[in-house]
Amino acid sequence: MTNGAQILIKALIEEGVETIFGYPGGVVLPLYDELYNAPIRHILVRHEQAAIHAADGFARASGKVGVCLATSGPGACNLVSGLATAYMDSVPVVAFTGQVPTGLLGNDAFQESDITGITLPITKHNYLVQDVADLRRIIKEAFYIAGTGRKGPVLIDLPKDILTADVEFDKPISEINLRGYRPCYEGHKRQIERAADLIAESRRPILYVGGGIISSEASGELVAFAQKTQIPITTTLMGLGCIPADNPLFLGMLGMHGTRTANYAITGADLLIAIGVRFDDRVTGKINEFAPNARIIHVDIDPAEIGKNKVVDLPIVGDARSVLAGLIEKVTGISGDEKWRDQIRAWQNEYPLISCNDGRLHPQFVIQTLSRVLNGGGIIVTEVGQNQMWAAQYYRFTRPRQWISSGGLGTMGFGFPAGMGAHIACPDEPVFVIAGDGSFQMNIQELGTVAQYNIPVKICIINNQYLGMVRQWQELFYEKRYSYTELPDVNFVGIANAYGIEGIKVTNPDNVEAAIRTALATDGPFLIDFRVEREENVFPMVPAGCAICEMMDEGLTHEEEGK
Amino acid sequence: MTSHILSVLVENRSGVLSRVSGLFSRRGFNIESLAVGTCEEKDLSRITIVVKGDDAHIEQVKKQLNKLIDVVTVRDITYQDFVERELALIKVHAEQGEARSGVIQIADLFRAKIIDVGQMSVVLEVTGDSDKIDAIENLLRDYGICELVRTGRIALQRGPKTISDR
Repeated sequence: MTNGAQILIKALIEEGVETIFGYPGGVVLPLYDELYNAPIRHILVRHEQAAIHAADGFARASGKVGVCLATSGPGACNLVSGLATAYMDSVPVVAFTGQVPTGLLGNDAFQESDITGITLPITKHNYLVQDVADLRRIIKEAFYIAGTGRKGPVLIDLPKDILTADVEFDKPISEINLRGYRPCYEGHKRQIERAADLIAESRRPILYVGGGIISSEASGELVAFAQKTQIPITTTLMGLGCIPADNPLFLGMLGMHGTRTANYAITGADLLIAIGVRFDDRVTGKINEFAPNARIIHVDIDPAEIGKNKVVDLPIVGDARSVLAGLIEKVTGISGDEKWRDQIRAWQNEYPLISCNDGRLHPQFVIQTLSRVLNGGGIIVTEVGQNQMWAAQYYRFTRPRQWISSGGLGTMGFGFPAGMGAHIACPDEPVFVIAGDGSFQMNIQELGTVAQYNIPVKICIINNQYLGMVRQWQELFYEKRYSYTELPDVNFVGIANAYGIEGIKVTNPDNVEAAIRTALATDGPFLIDFRVEREENVFPMVPAGCAICEMMDEGLTHEEEGK
Repeated sequence: MTSHILSVLVENRSGVLSRVSGLFSRRGFNIESLAVGTCEEKDLSRITIVVKGDDAHIEQVKKQLNKLIDVVTVRDITYQDFVERELALIKVHAEQGEARSGVIQIADLFRAKIIDVGQMSVVLEVTGDSDKIDAIENLLRDYGICELVRTGRIALQRGPKTISDR
């Protein structure tokens, strides 16, 4: 006979799980007792939120399912923002939570919370295990659901008595039979042919691609398709890395902080090929003025995304990779006019991203230097806010899965723990966490974790002593009334040192490269506190609710139309 | 904005109804009526949901329902040939005498059954489409409705076609 805790360990091994991130507590004691000798590595975080973000970062960097574990009640509740983060960005995570024994369920027992109820809208699916005989099947289903179709988090709630109850383990478990869950991978053949026809007819086509390319491992197909057709590509925040930044067809990111070229090209296009994207408001701006002249082909594995925000002319439900492979076969060659490509080149020349060399330390310069030193490699994990946008704009990404950032939910505190997970997934890659001084302090306690396990993440704090993005909005839209956005000076190097982590403070642009090289040369974790220009803004910027061709830049507002 | 009738087959598991109803409130879809019960397959339940909206809105409702792992089939039968019924129990104030005979007369006209009679009141059972129930409710209002409960609409396609047929 095997008890529930042992079944769980065996099932995790069956799923190929090597590392989990967790935090113990009362009701999961039986499980921790099994973990004591199990051939699974458990990373003890300092807050459950970090466990789920680390599992998420692991999943994004590796493409595998990330796993985390928390106790009941407060432990489970601390997973909530991490689950919502993973759900919004379609990241495969399986989260296990302890629960009070089945006999106490619903009694408001000590450390009881209805975590399946709480997480209903922020998980792809969740389970409350009520019979130990179901446990193995549920774990198998959970990994399957998390890692297939449109990926996402699945939560399994484990009452304490389920962990201690005995059952036959060797009983063979049936194949997964979920009649309500059958993701469609193959795009409809006729629809793909129609798409190829639209592409052949179009004079001003553009590819608008996102996280779906990354999660379906379709970047090879994407680049091949773009090369064959010479259609320019713009990506969402989630899609960064799916085409190398130095490819001339890459126009940069689009949307609120996108490049002028990308936003003008969307506005001027007569055909929008949208793949693995969801027409999010940060991308589209005013939705009726998004791609106003274009017919739209929308490819997505989630049928509910098609037509949700924008009416499309040609829907294709399917996996980005398989649909792109089909499209490559059907398209005949170069698509669009030479005039269109000339126009795009003209925009690219006219509107490069600005960098400032006035001897002061600008955040953009920090990112540019990092990109140069790492040669566009490594794994870049960000927090949320200005630091995230500068990293997205200025880092020259070379491959998928090296850019890890909370896109949909915009979760401050995500980056540092996600960076820990990314390192566990890719131990040979340098992992740099780009943080703001605000968001770093949301999970700063994880310095304890990286110190304990010597996880060599390199933390770059873009320190402007503000909640910078909110301050930027206050500057631009609230008459510089900086209401509760200023942060006091913090000795971050001192804090790192207290945990036994080395660090350095940089105030001068001349020292940026040396600091990054020192971080790289250091064996374990390292912290760099970049004291940047305090009131630097992220530009270009599309004010919320405006059309994406209405971009603001430093000191002036343009209201130009893409031609 | 028309009312659409969605027939939904779901796994007969705890929590499924809250997944479905939670989805409606979260995404701002308005439920006009909802009826749940067992169906011909023992581990499935059938939910009939009436929801108001334009076609694009209803399309999104269907897609979001389909995303739920426990939802097996979703059919919008609004534009199909279908039969629908709703049942109501109505307790009417009806003392012996003129009032009671008036209520009985209305019951007869609507082919409603009288399933309980007391000193001061009677309980009617009426079945039909929603308009019919609205109509009898209006007529009985003059006598004083003490309590009223409606099941919500349920519907089936006419002919041999079932919800599981493509």
